[in-house]
Amino acid sequence: MPNVTYIEPNGNQRVVDVPTGWSIMQSAMSNGVEGIEAECGGSCACATCHCYIEGDLAAQVPAAGEGETAMLDNVVAERKANSRLCCQIKMTPELEGLVVRMPDAQS
Amino acid sequence: MSGGMVIIGAGLAGLTVAETLRAEGYEGLVTMLGDEPYGPYHRPPLSKGYLLGETQEAQLTMRADALLAKKNITLKVGAGGTAIDRAAKQLTLADGSKLDYDGLALCTGSRLRPLPLAGADAKGVFGLRSLDDSKAIAAALETAQNVVVIGGGFIGLEVAAAARKKGKAVTVLEAADRLMARVVAPLISQFYLDLHTGHGVQVVLGAMVSELVTRDGHIAAVTTKDGREFAADLLVVGIGILPNQELAQATGIECNGGIVVDACSRTSDPAIVAAGDNTARRLADGSFRRLESVQNASEQAKSAAFALLGKEREFNATPWFWSDQYDIKLQMVGLTAGFDQVVTRGDPETKKFSAFYYRAGRLIAVDSLNQPAEHMTARKLFEKAISPSAEQVTDASFGLNSLLSA
Repeated sequence: MPNVTYIEPNGNQRVVDVPTGWSIMQSAMSNGVEGIEAECGGSCACATCHCYIEGDLAAQVPAAGEGETAMLDNVVAERKANSRLCCQIKMTPELEGLVVRMPDAQS
Repeated sequence: MSGGMVIIGAGLAGLTVAETLRAEGYEGLVTMLGDEPYGPYHRPPLSKGYLLGETQEAQLTMRADALLAKKNITLKVGAGGTAIDRAAKQLTLADGSKLDYDGLALCTGSRLRPLPLAGADAKGVFGLRSLDDSKAIAAALETAQNVVVIGGGFIGLEVAAAARKKGKAVTVLEAADRLMARVVAPLISQFYLDLHTGHGVQVVLGAMVSELVTRDGHIAAVTTKDGREFAADLLVVGIGILPNQELAQATGIECNGGIVVDACSRTSDPAIVAAGDNTARRLADGSFRRLESVQNASEQAKSAAFALLGKEREFNATPWFWSDQYDIKLQMVGLTAGFDQVVTRGDPETKKFSAFYYRAGRLIAVDSLNQPAEHMTARKLFEKAISPSAEQVTDASFGLNSLLSA
């Protein structure tokens, strides 16, 4: 099963196995990763699962859609070029080793 | 020993109270009581992806037990409160045990409004509120052929859309003369009528349900007052919810269509706060408003945690909601009640447009269909109390965004 490295707001790193097809948000939630609220449950409606995609694999992540791009306008922490909503990123074998950093605040 | 903070309810509101208490530096005991057998889970997918089998139960987890433990939040599942002794600041639990509290948060949510007809408890009849409800409907959908939905609101229509995706024959019976009538304008109702009809759903408006016909204890058909009969081996009733206010009511806390709270989520008892579907917010004009939404649960809960710590945090943001049906995302901001003018921006034929609602010349709500950027612009317009004119809205060449930087 491909893994993702989450960097929690305090800098702690967590390596988590993520089933293919799950969102990066869902695996963070079910593994108790800190730093995500995900109020809307993955509906791309609340902008509280903001994350930064780091490292070389960032280019492999499919680009944000129209809904996600609009919602990213509403994140509380600084919006950067590598900002994404992790509920919109589905795990695939190509994303093995993805590094995802959590911001300091979600709401 | 001090009882700390006790939260009745382990949904989004209860969880948010608990986490906000910790985020604000509270170090005493935090105990969260859930009456379902599960810890906090995501409800929005229950009427969408989970029904279709696209989302598994494990994917609904909102907080893993380990993370709650790390935050020193004690979760007790299958444990609701049954009585509050406000003088002693003590709660009695379902198993008879007692729990002292310094502060108490009522996040008791809501329950399904029952259909007052014989046969409503027959096999094959469901409502949709909890994970167990959704599990039962998903299982029944595997073998059902004829699905009838009573209620053409968000829940009913989302279930109808899911059932159609599963290839079932679907009939929606709505008592009003249009869909989602409580929330949206006639032109949006018409759009959704066409959408569902186009997907093969039989939508019956003005349908007054008169009888549930059962056979061997199982739902068989639904009849309406005009004498029509609709075969059903699966009936989903989506006619709204009732606030769980009885625990508060029994102890003399003010209730009025929900537990009455102010903008800071305070009830009439200074040691008790409330947040979520179970509340009725007292407005400046003396009226009361109950909102059933993710935003309301989350924001009221944050204010409630602050109030428990003796701090004021008013929640006055404009309400927002959403509904996913087929390939259409409906995003709403503001409340449409009392609108006297509606103008549209974009072409409904393209399935990408927004409706702007005015009352006495002022913008009060915007419904956007597959227009997420416009929805976000609308939210910001409300944040800044900017009301674009109807002429600006209907002029496609005018960028509403430009008003934000002015």
